[in-house]
Amino acid sequence: MSIIDASRMQEIEARYPEVLHRSFRQRFGALTMFIGIVLYGIYAVWFFDLPKVISEARWERVGIYLSEWVSYDVQPEFRISGDKITIKYPRFSPLGDNPHPDWVKTNPDGSMTVSVSGTSRTVTVTKTQAIVTAHGITIPIDIAGDVPKIVGSAPVPSWMTVYDDNILVNLGFAGDASISTDRVKIRKRFLGWANFVFDTHSPFFDKPASEVIGLIVSGPRLDPTQSNLSLAFDNVWNNGAWQHGDVWTKLFQTIVMAFLGTLLGSLAAFPLAFLAARNITPNRLLNQILKRLFDFLRSVDMLIWALFLTRAFGPGPLAGSGAIFLTETGTLGKLYSEGLENIDNKPREGVKSTGSPTILVHRYGIVPQIVPVIVSQTLYQWESNVRGATIIGAVGAGGIGLKLWEAMRTNSNWENVAYMVLLILIVVFLFDAASNALRSRLMGTRAK
Amino acid sequence: MTIADTHPNMQSAPQSAKEIGDAWSKMVAKRRLYTGIGLVILLVAFVGSVRFADENNAGHFFDRLPHLFDFLSWLIPKDWNDVYRALFDLPSPNGANGAGGEEFNFPLGRVYVWGDFYIPEYFELMIITINVALVSTIIGVVFAVPLSFFAARNMSPSNPIRLVTKRIMEFLRAFPEIVIAGLFSAILSIGPIAAIIAVGLHTIGALGKLFYEVVENIDMKPDEGMRAVGASWSERVRFAALPQVLPNFMSYALLRLEINVRASTIIGAVGGGGIGEELKLAISRGFGAKTLALVLLLFLTIIAVDQFSAWLRRRLVGEHAFLLQH
Repeated sequence: MSIIDASRMQEIEARYPEVLHRSFRQRFGALTMFIGIVLYGIYAVWFFDLPKVISEARWERVGIYLSEWVSYDVQPEFRISGDKITIKYPRFSPLGDNPHPDWVKTNPDGSMTVSVSGTSRTVTVTKTQAIVTAHGITIPIDIAGDVPKIVGSAPVPSWMTVYDDNILVNLGFAGDASISTDRVKIRKRFLGWANFVFDTHSPFFDKPASEVIGLIVSGPRLDPTQSNLSLAFDNVWNNGAWQHGDVWTKLFQTIVMAFLGTLLGSLAAFPLAFLAARNITPNRLLNQILKRLFDFLRSVDMLIWALFLTRAFGPGPLAGSGAIFLTETGTLGKLYSEGLENIDNKPREGVKSTGSPTILVHRYGIVPQIVPVIVSQTLYQWESNVRGATIIGAVGAGGIGLKLWEAMRTNSNWENVAYMVLLILIVVFLFDAASNALRSRLMGTRAK
Repeated sequence: MTIADTHPNMQSAPQSAKEIGDAWSKMVAKRRLYTGIGLVILLVAFVGSVRFADENNAGHFFDRLPHLFDFLSWLIPKDWNDVYRALFDLPSPNGANGAGGEEFNFPLGRVYVWGDFYIPEYFELMIITINVALVSTIIGVVFAVPLSFFAARNMSPSNPIRLVTKRIMEFLRAFPEIVIAGLFSAILSIGPIAAIIAVGLHTIGALGKLFYEVVENIDMKPDEGMRAVGASWSERVRFAALPQVLPNFMSYALLRLEINVRASTIIGAVGGGGIGEELKLAISRGFGAKTLALVLLLFLTIIAVDQFSAWLRRRLVGEHAFLLQH
């Protein structure tokens, strides 16, 4: 390896001064920006009071909610009055009106045992005690007195919380139990979506698939006024817990909103873009007015248009389509006019030289060049609007957004939220694929 | 495009002018047929959609059309000064005389900074919304930059990683924002943090896609140079790819900031705090002057953010034609 001497070093320095003597911005620009972002981050932490929000966060809810997305629970309640124990199930129990699950056993001595998770986690209810077995230990709780009390001097395990008048037993994913002197409430959790096909009011409820198919194909009519097939379809479509019919209609509304809004927006933007492009319409004033109109339509925003149109037309997909139409006119108008300003002028001159009227110059000189751009942008916007239209639904503009928001607000129907999210994701991915395929065909290039 | 290109079945070039002419008219007829079929399908879909939308709407189009401007006329205040008073939270003579209750009861929303000096609540809400947009854009950029290098075909360390990263970004893009906002407002209580997480996660997906497309289009010669001297993957990204893509990344991030200001307004309207929630309340309660004041404030802010980011983009990257993408 040769060592560079001082004169050679100076020579190099003189030859490439820009490498060694860079401006302040070049040398410290990135660092300044980084420090700026860090400082802003600190400010944001203070501004949003992040430590307080984090400390008040209930992280244990994450697990509960996420498990509720994929599971359901049954809540038998044992009421103890005098010498009788009665079981009560909630009114809309996923087990139907007449539940007799095999995981609730009546023992010979009159007590009842609920196996929350096999034989390792059980709760046995007698007239005077609730005996909890979990994590390898058995803890009897005395419920004969004024307050529930743990029998003996065993330490309270971490999965048990003692309150004034009840004791909460947390058994993990399998469920929990709330024990007070006159009632023991147990929640047992099952993986899966209960009653997804038929709800508890359907005559097909709780029948195995083979029996349902047998009934539909060749069974006697359950309802004399209609065939079993149409009854089954009606039961599925109007499923009380899952509301398949309503969810699918709302999903379709979202797609229709995006379609109508984008199509109408594109139809309105197309002629306006010709007037807004400064190389096609040499009227500066008109160009500027239209471009500012596009800016206005875009920046007033879909939300405000949606709120405005729900006022006019009432909630529903018409208001949503209108909101998308107005924003899309702005967006597509801008994109089309930019596309038009970038076209090659030679075909236009060629057509003009044949003495054609303006309309034919546009038709043969401009349109063939601009069509791929227009189709591609419009398809892209349609796809992106299918994605975006869920959100304006939540402010009343129709579509699945409102249904999602309602399901979440009640804080109990997280499995319905999961179902709708799944449907939305499928639709979005299908549209993504379809629009990519169409675009690559129309543009004549392969999709990446 | 020659005729032979459009007819790949043709083994050799056509022999006579007649054959060329026939091929040409056949091609034109075929294209016209496709266009016609496409237009008919579009028309049928359009008419069907209009009818479907109309039937599912609370009020029907032609019944409600004469009432289209009812809302606008409701917006026009009797006294234009009320808009100004609502914005700066000054008492209104229309409210004091008992003409209107809460609608004109402006001196409620004030945030006292120091002594008697106060910021009208609406300005504070606007600041919250802008901060939500800024923070979520920063979150998006911080995560999208490394992810984009994993997802780009030319820079990805391995194919499985590339495909997984791409799927993750697609998922983040497609997942409905209100669900994320709803989930986090159940955990963190309703407020701007849930909105930040929702918009931020979406931004990671959206920016990641734009970023990796930029990375896929870079000049690979610097990368070859780095490979030749035995650079590791992170060094190749840092010294060969990053300097090329940084201006474009910056530009897309600024573009995203504009979109996020709107997104955080919308997410605010469904419980994420900020100006969106106030706007929705003002409209649903029928407070004309307040609504107009909020729309004005929102409009001015969005224009200001757009102009600022356009200016910054021009300074940092120079004139570039970019697609407006969500």
